[in-house]
Amino acid sequence: MSMPTATIRPQFEIRSRVSPERRETKIDVTGLNFFYGRSQALKDISISIPERMVSAFIGPSGCGKTTFLRTLNRMNDVIPRTRIEGNVSIDGQNIYAPGADVVELRRKVGMVFQKSNPFPKSIFDNVAYGLRINRLTSSKSELEDRVVAALKNAALWEEAKDRLKSSALGLSGGQQQRLCIARALAIRPEVILMDEPASALDPIATSKIEELIVHLKKQYTIVIVTHNMQQAARVSDLTAFFLLGKLIEVNSTEKMFTAPDEKLTEDYITGRFG
Amino acid sequence: MKRADQTRRAVSAVMTSLTALCTLVAVGVLAIILSYIAMRGVSSLTLHFLIDSPRPVGEGGGIGNAIVGSTILLLLSSGIGVPLGIATGVYLSEFGSGLFASVVRFLVDTLTGIPSIVTGVFVYAVIVLRMKHFSAFAGGIALALIMIPIVARTTEEMIRLVPHSLREGALALGAPQWRVTLGVVVPAAMSGIATGAMLAVARASGETAPLLFTAFGSRFFPRNLNEPIASLTVQIYNYAISPYDEWHAQAWAATLVLMALILGINILVRFMTRRKF
Amino acid sequence: MSAWQKRLSPTGNTGDAVFRGAMFLAALLVVMIVCAMILALASHSTLSIRQFGFSFLTSREWDPVKGKFGGLAFIYGTILSSLIAMLISVPLSIGIAIFLVEQAPNFLARPITFLVELLAAIPSVVYGLWGIFVLAPFLRVHVEPAMARAFGWLPLFQGPITGIGLLTGGVILAIMVTPIVSAVVRDVLSAVPNTQREAALALGATKWETTIVVLVNAAPGIAGAVILGLGRAIGETMAVTMVIGNRPEISLSIFQPSYTLASVIANEFTEATADIYLSSLVELGLILFLVTFVVNAMARVLVWRVTRRNSSAGLAV
Repeated sequence: MSMPTATIRPQFEIRSRVSPERRETKIDVTGLNFFYGRSQALKDISISIPERMVSAFIGPSGCGKTTFLRTLNRMNDVIPRTRIEGNVSIDGQNIYAPGADVVELRRKVGMVFQKSNPFPKSIFDNVAYGLRINRLTSSKSELEDRVVAALKNAALWEEAKDRLKSSALGLSGGQQQRLCIARALAIRPEVILMDEPASALDPIATSKIEELIVHLKKQYTIVIVTHNMQQAARVSDLTAFFLLGKLIEVNSTEKMFTAPDEKLTEDYITGRFG
Repeated sequence: MKRADQTRRAVSAVMTSLTALCTLVAVGVLAIILSYIAMRGVSSLTLHFLIDSPRPVGEGGGIGNAIVGSTILLLLSSGIGVPLGIATGVYLSEFGSGLFASVVRFLVDTLTGIPSIVTGVFVYAVIVLRMKHFSAFAGGIALALIMIPIVARTTEEMIRLVPHSLREGALALGAPQWRVTLGVVVPAAMSGIATGAMLAVARASGETAPLLFTAFGSRFFPRNLNEPIASLTVQIYNYAISPYDEWHAQAWAATLVLMALILGINILVRFMTRRKF
Repeated sequence: MSAWQKRLSPTGNTGDAVFRGAMFLAALLVVMIVCAMILALASHSTLSIRQFGFSFLTSREWDPVKGKFGGLAFIYGTILSSLIAMLISVPLSIGIAIFLVEQAPNFLARPITFLVELLAAIPSVVYGLWGIFVLAPFLRVHVEPAMARAFGWLPLFQGPITGIGLLTGGVILAIMVTPIVSAVVRDVLSAVPNTQREAALALGATKWETTIVVLVNAAPGIAGAVILGLGRAIGETMAVTMVIGNRPEISLSIFQPSYTLASVIANEFTEATADIYLSSLVELGLILFLVTFVVNAMARVLVWRVTRRNSSAGLAV
């Protein structure tokens, strides 16, 4: 009989007390294998991501967590010579089915990148971009309303409202990242994928982003990749630990950081490697 | 799929086809030009054509003197232009910061953009007028002026690509800077510098305008550098604008020879630069 | 070691001093050559500058017999032929660059890039030869009549059709300028960071919409490429001389023969017997020099900004 793993001294501040099992599954992944050319980056991943919660992917660099994140909105399609096997379903529909609409998928599943990447346009035009190309509004006033709502939702409105027409590149790093979040929110996705959203930011900007994430999960399903375990503990409800392309363990954040099932997980969390 | 999305997709597909079409047009034009040269030039390409000097219409003749003339001009211009260009390039990469170097770099770039006919006018004013006659020497100088900025620029770029560690390793062994530059850095960049020089030669071999009033042209084989001299390009020009079909045919054949040289250099350069990666 | 040697070579080594001195001399020579050019052009034009003054730029009279010279016809011909060239070349070049950078798979892009660049290696006189015997007849028989039928009500497309004229000159220039413009646009597009493309894609943009985002990022560089191409077109001599007709006339029709600054110098320089004749031609050369100088300087600034700094910082809304 195996010994239960010891409870780990909590250096982690865990805020989530919810139980992911009670929620509907938003994204269902079964038997996912992913290849860059001949080398296999993801091995047999199966996970159910609950809706309107924050799920965090953690693991050492190179473990495949970002690759996996990008399969969820088919961003890996643009990389040549990649191959995918298995099933990724959102709301029950396989997003890799032949004939699946990628543009529609990316409206539903938004993405925020590691380093903020605003377009060289005004703040307003950045947020309006997704609305304009997808023809989501039918009048100028509706467009403006949606932009304002998105900026408010991303906690950038107060800082941006007097300079909507000025260049987005004039904002600080943290503000630019919130702008990118607003840009993603404007098209009203259902899922938001975030790839290490605060890794390039200072602690104050980081905590603003983290507050924002917790606030956003009331409306959106959020999946975040982070190399910062404290952040995962603070912000997420469900945590998945990846190592060398495999999914080692998935659990509620509370359990993951206090009494994980796998020894590998415990070793990683207590800092014995990675 | 919404109607708007269908339109967007259609637009995207159309634009992709359009850009492919643009590329096709460019490559197609190249193919057309090269094939016309081959088709029209081949028939007049005989051994006599390559050896003889020009004769009056109806008596045949060839481009022998022009080939020799161009060779002499290129040797002359490379002899002046390549060393000067390399030296300037070395100066810019080794002592490249500071006001004077910026001025030099700016002027080298300017020199690249000067129309070659203006270069010809300059050499005419400064050399031909003084000597009171056209000469191969003047033509060589004009071509050298065209080559210098090309060689200088590629030399500077190639030297900058040499990793610092190479340089520092030699310096750390106590070698003086000039030894390091000449003995280590330049040799390391040599294949790149060589390709730059080759491209400059290819460019100079195709120039006509600067030769029109410096080397001028001749119907005879060259005897010394102080006289006007024939060149392939000027000969092609003269034949092309003449009213005689026979000379037109010779123009095409001469073009075939010239293009063989230029294409050969370009393909060789491409081969040499590909090997590294 | 003397103080002079120490100042010249911080390392205190005479070999270094000699080396540095030699390289410096080479660079200095280049500087002096450019200065000499400007001086020579200016001094040999003074005769005609003094005689005609500003009217040289506004008079269209070019009469070697009477000794009256004015550059307007050539300025007009140069501008028009370059304009036609850019109108054709710019969309073509941008299309090629987009295809090679954004769309073509790697194995295809490399050889095609080589082929497009080969167009730049073809000498001007060869383009001229091909222009006289292939392009001009083609335009005369197939293209210009069609244009006259469709748009003949515009003065732009009227008059006798010979195949030799502004349009042919413009088309040849367009072919010659395209490899250069597309090469620079390619560099500029490649310099746009991938994160911009990913940002657009993640918002549901199609491939073309993503390309537009890239173009917006690269806009100043593209402008620079266009201006660079313009500089090349303005200075092109042989190909234009052979197909443009070489008649100093100003006519609204693009089918009519014309004359450019470079062409007239190439054609008439060796026949200029009178001093005033020669001086006028040199003055045309000076104008050509100054125009290309300014155009190229502008282009370089624009292109430098985008490729060297490799970012979109500083771009206006």
